[in-house]
Amino acid sequence: MKLYCLSGHPTLPCNVLKFKSTTVMLDCGLDMTSTLNFLPLPLVQSPRLSNLPGWSLKDGNAFLDKELKECSGHVFVDSVPEFCLPETELIDLSTVDVILISNYHCMMALPYITEHTGFTGTVYATEPTVQIGRLLMEELVNFIERVPKAQSASLWKNKDIQRLLPSPLKDAVEVSTWRRCYTMQEVNSALSKIQLVGYSQKIELFGAVQVTPLSSGYALGSSNWIIQSHYEKVSYVSGSSLLTTHPQPMDQASLKNSDVLILTGLTQIPTANPDSMVGEFCSNLALTVRNGGNVLVPCYPSGVIYDLLECLYQYIDSAGLSSIPFYFISPVANSSLEFSQIFAEWLCHNKQTKVYLPEPPFPHAELIQTNKLKHYPSIHGDFSNDFRQPCVVFTGHPSLRFGDVVHFMELWGKSSLNTVIFTEPDFTYLEALAPYQPLAMKCIYCPIDTRLNFIQVSKLLKEVQPLHVVCPEQYTQPPPAQSRRMDLMIDCQPPAMSYRRAEVLALPFKRRYEKIEIMPELADSLVPMEIKPGVSLATVSAVLHTKDNKHVLQPPPRPAQPTGGKKRKRASDDIPDCKVLKPLLSGSIPVDQFVQTLEKHGFSDIKVEDTAKGHIVLLQEAETLIQIEEDSTHIICDNDEMLRVRLRDLVLKFLQKF
Amino acid sequence: MDPECSRLLPALCAVLADPRQPVADDTCLEKLLDWFTTVTEAGSSLLLLQENPCLVELLFHVLKSQDLSSRILSFSLRLAGIFAAQEDCFQYLQGELLPMLFGEAGPLGGAAWTAPAVRSGWIQGLRTLAQHPSALRLLAACGAVDTIFSLQGDSSLFVASAAGQLLVHILDLAMRGPAEGRCSPQACDWPACAQKIVCHIEDSLCSIATPQVTQALNVLTTVFGHCHGLWTQGLWVRLSPLVARLLEKDPVPASHSLVDLLLSVARSSVPSSDRGLWETLAQTLSHLSPTQAGPLALGILKLQDCPQALRTQAFGVLLQPLACVLEAAAQAPGPPGLLGGAAGDPMTVDTLLCSKSACVGLLCCALAHLGLLQPLPQRPSPWPQAPLLGAAVTVLRLCSGSAAPTSDVGGRLCAILVGCGRVQRAALDFLGALSQGAGPQESVTQVFSVLLEYLMSPESSSMVLKKAFQATLRWLLSSPKTPGCCDLDPRTQLFLRELLPVLQKRLCSPCWEVRDSGLEFLTQMTRHWGGQAGFRQALLASEVPELTKQLLQDPESYVRASAVTATGQLSSWGLLAAPASPERPGAQQKSLLVELLHVLCADSEGFPRRAVMQVFTEWLRDGHADVAEDPERFVARVLQAASRDPDWEVRAQGLELALVFLGQLLGPRGSHCPCAVALPETAPPGALAQALPEAAPPGTLAQALPEAAPPGTLAQALQVLCRVQLFEFAFRALFDCDRPVAQKSCDLLLFLRAKAALCGSPQEAGDSPNVASVEATLQRWQAGEQGQPLGYLEPGAVMAVLRSIDLEGLRDTLAESSDHVEKSPQSLLQDMLAAVGVLGENEADCY
Repeated sequence: MKLYCLSGHPTLPCNVLKFKSTTVMLDCGLDMTSTLNFLPLPLVQSPRLSNLPGWSLKDGNAFLDKELKECSGHVFVDSVPEFCLPETELIDLSTVDVILISNYHCMMALPYITEHTGFTGTVYATEPTVQIGRLLMEELVNFIERVPKAQSASLWKNKDIQRLLPSPLKDAVEVSTWRRCYTMQEVNSALSKIQLVGYSQKIELFGAVQVTPLSSGYALGSSNWIIQSHYEKVSYVSGSSLLTTHPQPMDQASLKNSDVLILTGLTQIPTANPDSMVGEFCSNLALTVRNGGNVLVPCYPSGVIYDLLECLYQYIDSAGLSSIPFYFISPVANSSLEFSQIFAEWLCHNKQTKVYLPEPPFPHAELIQTNKLKHYPSIHGDFSNDFRQPCVVFTGHPSLRFGDVVHFMELWGKSSLNTVIFTEPDFTYLEALAPYQPLAMKCIYCPIDTRLNFIQVSKLLKEVQPLHVVCPEQYTQPPPAQSRRMDLMIDCQPPAMSYRRAEVLALPFKRRYEKIEIMPELADSLVPMEIKPGVSLATVSAVLHTKDNKHVLQPPPRPAQPTGGKKRKRASDDIPDCKVLKPLLSGSIPVDQFVQTLEKHGFSDIKVEDTAKGHIVLLQEAETLIQIEEDSTHIICDNDEMLRVRLRDLVLKFLQKF
Repeated sequence: MDPECSRLLPALCAVLADPRQPVADDTCLEKLLDWFTTVTEAGSSLLLLQENPCLVELLFHVLKSQDLSSRILSFSLRLAGIFAAQEDCFQYLQGELLPMLFGEAGPLGGAAWTAPAVRSGWIQGLRTLAQHPSALRLLAACGAVDTIFSLQGDSSLFVASAAGQLLVHILDLAMRGPAEGRCSPQACDWPACAQKIVCHIEDSLCSIATPQVTQALNVLTTVFGHCHGLWTQGLWVRLSPLVARLLEKDPVPASHSLVDLLLSVARSSVPSSDRGLWETLAQTLSHLSPTQAGPLALGILKLQDCPQALRTQAFGVLLQPLACVLEAAAQAPGPPGLLGGAAGDPMTVDTLLCSKSACVGLLCCALAHLGLLQPLPQRPSPWPQAPLLGAAVTVLRLCSGSAAPTSDVGGRLCAILVGCGRVQRAALDFLGALSQGAGPQESVTQVFSVLLEYLMSPESSSMVLKKAFQATLRWLLSSPKTPGCCDLDPRTQLFLRELLPVLQKRLCSPCWEVRDSGLEFLTQMTRHWGGQAGFRQALLASEVPELTKQLLQDPESYVRASAVTATGQLSSWGLLAAPASPERPGAQQKSLLVELLHVLCADSEGFPRRAVMQVFTEWLRDGHADVAEDPERFVARVLQAASRDPDWEVRAQGLELALVFLGQLLGPRGSHCPCAVALPETAPPGALAQALPEAAPPGTLAQALPEAAPPGTLAQALQVLCRVQLFEFAFRALFDCDRPVAQKSCDLLLFLRAKAALCGSPQEAGDSPNVASVEATLQRWQAGEQGQPLGYLEPGAVMAVLRSIDLEGLRDTLAESSDHVEKSPQSLLQDMLAAVGVLGENEADCY
C-alpha cells in the first residue's frame, strides 16, 4: 500500500493511494498562494497600478521591466495570475481509477487533472460539494476572464533569471509548472465526470475496496472518506470541524478501528479560536461603521460567509447598525445564497428543523428580504446605483489579486476611516496587502478557520485509535514562528508518519487475509468434524475462481467423460490434477498411554525423555527414536521400514483423521 | 409557658404520638424544639414537665410504640435531651426514661436505628443533655461512648460529623471537672471517660485505615479549636508523637485533616508550652506534596507568633511554584534563589508537569494564597515584590502563548497553560493584589504591557477580560503621581492612549458581558480621574463617551444599566460634551437628562431604571449643573416617574432622592441648626462634603445651590416640597406593599416632622376640609385602594396630617418581620393541630 503525495499544502491536499489494485486520488486542491506574486487585476483602470515602475536588476539591466513591476519595495509579476498545480510527474495520473473529493475547497484543481492527464476514471463527491465547487470555479474563471490581459510573463521563470530576483519570487517553487486558470468549458467537462454520493453510501470499487463518505462537519456536504476492504481500513480525514456551525456534525464513530488514518486539512491558524475571531470581527466592524468608515471583507462566496451573516443578523440590531447596508458582490452571490437554503439535509439539526416550520434555514434570507443585505454579480450595473456609504462589502477574491475586491481596495485604501477585515485564513494578509502599499485604511486580521485544532485532533485520535497516522510534515512539528509551542503539533503513539510534496510513502501495514466465498453446493458437500468444542474442520477440494477481486471456491468439475473424440482439448478445459490426498491428522499423543501401547505390542526397555518441545521415546533395543512434539512426530529408525510402519500405525491410533 | 399553649399541648402530644397522624412538615418539629429550648432557657424544665405531664407521657409512649415514624423518634430524643440538660430535671428523668431512650433498650437496638434521622437525634439529644457530671455517668452506664465511636464512621456524613463533635464535647465535659486548674495532668489522673476517648483517638491514629486516621484528626482539630482548658496541652504532649509518626508514611494519610489539626494546634495555647510543635510543622511542610503543603504554609504565615525559620520555610513553599515558572521561562539563567531563596524544586516541577489539572491546581492555589497574604500586616518581610510581579507576568504570558521559553520545562509548561482561563483569572487577581506595593520601573512597565495584551487579545474570555479590567484599574489607581504635579504621570498617560482604543473596541463587543465590564471599568476610572486633565484630554479625544451614550440603547438590560451609570458619571465631570463645543457643555448634558428620564419612564427592565435613580440621586447630591438649573422641576419629574414604577427598589431610591432634596432644603439629618432653614448656601460645608464622593467634580459644589429655593422659613421649604409633590410620593410609599419602601418613607416623614417641630410649624390647618379629605384618601390607600390622587396639598394641611398619623407606631410595626404574628408558639401549635385536622375551627394558614 503506497501513498503518493502530490501537494505540499496541508489544507489543499492531493494524494494518491494505491490500495489493493486500485488507485484512488484523495482530493485535488489547488494552491492559489502563487497568485500573491502577481499584480492585482483591476476591474476599473487603475492609474496607480498601471504606472508602477518596472523592475531592473542591480546592475541596471531592465530587460525584465515589462514582466516585473515594483511597488513599495516588493516586486510583482505583471501578468495573468497563475496557480501551482499538484505534482503530475510522480505518478501516471491516467492510471487513477477514482478521485474522492472531501469538500469544495479541495477540488479546485480538478479540471487540470481530469482534462489534461488522460484521466478516465470517476470522481465522487456529494451534491453540495459539486454545486458550491462549481460556483467557486465559476467565480474564479469569471474574475480572471473578465479582465483580459494580453501579456503573459514567462521570462522570469527561467531558472537562471529567477535566481537573480528578490524574494519571494526567488524562492517560489516549481514555477515552471504554474498554469493559467482553466476555462468554463474545462470546468463543465470536469464536473461532468463527477458521480454524486450521499453520506454513508457504500461505493464498491472493482470489488476490491469499498469507499464511503462521512460527514466531516466543516462545510456544506464536506466529507471524510473510509476506504476499506474486508480486512483493512484506511480513513481519510480532510477538513473536519467539531464546532457547531451550519453543516451536519462530524461523524467520528465511523472512523474507529482504522489501520491507517490520513489526516489533512487541520486549522491553519491553531492559535485563533473561531468564536473569539467572530467577536473581534463584529467589534471592529461596528467600530468602523460607527465612525463613518466602510468595511471590506475579502471572502469566498460560500462557507464562513454564511456564519458571518448569521452572526451579524443577531448583532446588527443590538449594535445599532440596522441602517447600514451590507453588500455581497460576486458573480455567484445569488446562487450561493440560494443554494445554501436548499441543501437542508446537509445542514445541522437546528437548521434542518427550521425547514419543517417552514422557515429558511439561514437568517440571511430575512436580511435580504428586509433589504439589509443586497447582493450583486459585480460592481457594474445596479450596484453603482444603490451604493451607499458607510457600508459593509463582502466580496472576493481573498487573495486581493482579482475580483471586485481589487476595486474596493483602490477606492477605500486611502482613508484611515475604512477597514479591511480578513476572515479567510488561506492567504497571509500582509502579503495580500503588499501591492496596495502604502495603505491608510485599517487592517484587521480575524482568520476564522473552523477546522480541527491540535487539542481536538488529540482527543479525536484518542477516541478513534487508529493503528497508524499519516499527515503532512507541517503537523509533526510546531509552526516555525512558534517553535516552542509543543502543543501545536500532532502528538500520538506511534508517532505520525509525515509526508511532503513529491514523496511516496509505503504505508506501514501488510495485508494478511483475503475473504473467499464458498459456493452453496460446495458448502453442502463438506463434512465438518469437531476436533475440539467449537472448532470443526473439513477438507475442501475446490477450484478457486478469482474475478473482479472477488474470490469464490467452486466445486471441482467432474472428471471429464472420455469422449473418444479426437478433438484437441482446450487448455482451459483441463481438469486440475486431483490427487488422492492423505487424510489430515489432529490431536495429541498422551505419552504414558503411548508407552503402554508400545509395551503391549512387545517393545521393552522404553525410556522417555522430556525435551523443551515435547518428549523423546527411546526404544533402546530397537535402536529407534520417536520424537513427539506439539506439531510433529518423527520416527527415526535405522532402515527398518517394517518397524517404522508399525510404529507409525501405533502413533496414528492416537490421532484423529479426516 | 403561655396558658393557651399549655392548653394545646396535650392535644399536640397526642397527635405526635399517633402514628396514624403523620406530621407532614419537618420544619414544624424543628420550630417546636426551638420553642422548647427557649422555654427551658427561661425557666425550670422540671416545673415544665410537672405542669405538663403530657410531655413525659409522650416520651414514654415513643419508647413503647413500634410503628412511630423516625422523625418523631428523633424529635423525642432531642426533646428529652433539652429537658435533661438541667440537672434536676435530669435526675427526674434518669430513673427509667433516659436509660431507655439512650441505652441499648431504646432505639439503639431496634429497627428504627437504620434511619439516619434517629441516629442523628440520638447524638443531638446526648449532646444537649451532656451539660453536667451526672450526664457522664449515664453515658458510661449505657455504653454510649462506644456507640459514638462506631458512629464516627457512619454512612451519613451529618451523623458522622455530629458524632465527632459529641466526642469532643464529652471529652471537654469530662476534663472540665477534675482536670480544671491543673496543668497537663498525667494520663492516669484523667477520668475514665476521657481516658477511653483518648485511647480511641490513639488507636485511630495508629490505624492503617485512612478514614479512621481522618476521624481522629478531625476530632482533635475540633478539640484544639474549641476547648481551651490547660488539659489540651497535656493531650498534645501525649498525642504529638503519634501525629508525627503519620509523617513517616508515604503518602502521608489524611493530609488535609492533618494540616487542619496542626494549624488548629498552632493557634491554640499549645505552642506556648510545646516548642516541638514548630518542629512538627516544619517536618510536615517538607513531607507533604507541594499541593498539600500550600494551605499549611499559608496558615503558618497567618499565625501571630511563629519562629522566623518556620515562616521562611512556609513562604518558600508558597513561592515554589512561581519560582519554578520563573526559572523555566527565564531566557537566561537568573540569579540563584530568585524568590527569597526558593529555587525550582524538582518535586514542584514534577507536580507542575505531571498533568494539566495538577499544574493548574497548584498554580491557582499558589497565586490565591500569595494574594491573600499580600495585604496582611504579618506578611513576610521583605516581600519579594519584583520577582512576584515577574512571576505573575510570566504566568500570564505562558497562558496567552506570548512567552517564548527556551528551556524544555518552559516549553512544556507553555503547552499545558496556554489558553487556560482558570490560571489567567487567578494570575490577574494576584497581579491586581500586587498593585498595592510598588515595583521597579521595569516590572511595572511589564505589568502594563501584559495587561494591555490581555485587554487587546481576542482570545481573552469575558471573565478573563473582567479580571483584566479590574487589575488594570487597580494598577492605574495605584500609579504614582508625578512629584509637584497633580496630573497623571507620563507613563500612565501613554498607557491611557493605548488603552482607550481597546476599550472602544470592547464596548462594541458582541458579548454583553464584555460591554458591561468595559462600562464598569470606564465608570470607575472616571469616578477617580474625572478631574485629571490628562485623562479628560485622552477621553475626549476618543470615541468612548459617544459609544457609551449609544449603549443606553443596548438590548441587554445589564449593559443599559451600566451605560446609565457610566454616562451619569461622565456627565458629572462634563465629559459627555462634544469636544468641538467646550464652551457649551450644557447642550449635550441636557439631552442626557432627557434620555435618562426616558429610560426611567420607558425601560422595561428594572436594572436600568434603578441605575437612573442612583445617577439622579448622585446628581442632585453633587449639584450637577443640569439639575442645579431647576432642581424643583427635576425632583418633581423624577418623583413622578418613580412613584409609578413597579420596581420597589426604584421607589425606594426615589425616597433616597427625596431625602437628599429635603436635606438640601432643610439641612441634613441631625443638623443642630434647623431653624435657619439650611438652604445650601448656609449648609455646613462639611456635612455636604461628606455626602459627596471623595473626588467630587470640581465646581459642582457651588452649582449645587438650588436657586429655586430661596432662603427663608420652613414654610417656604414646605411650599417647595408641596410643589414637587414630594408628599404625595411619600404618603403613597408609606402604604407601599414592599416593606423597605414603607420604612424609608416613614423615616423621611419622621425626619420632616421632627424638623418642623424644632422650627415651629407653619399655620395649623387641622380642621380644614383639605385635611379631612387627605386623611380619608390616606385611609383608602392604606386599605389598598391607591387609585385616587391626593391633589395639591397645602403645607399646613401636610403638617396636620403628619401629626395625625401614628408614624412611630407604623415604624414599629414595619420593623417587625412580616411573619411576626405567625411566628408565635401558639400559632405554631395551632397550625400543627390544624394540619392534622384536630382544630377544625382554626383557619390560619401560614404556609
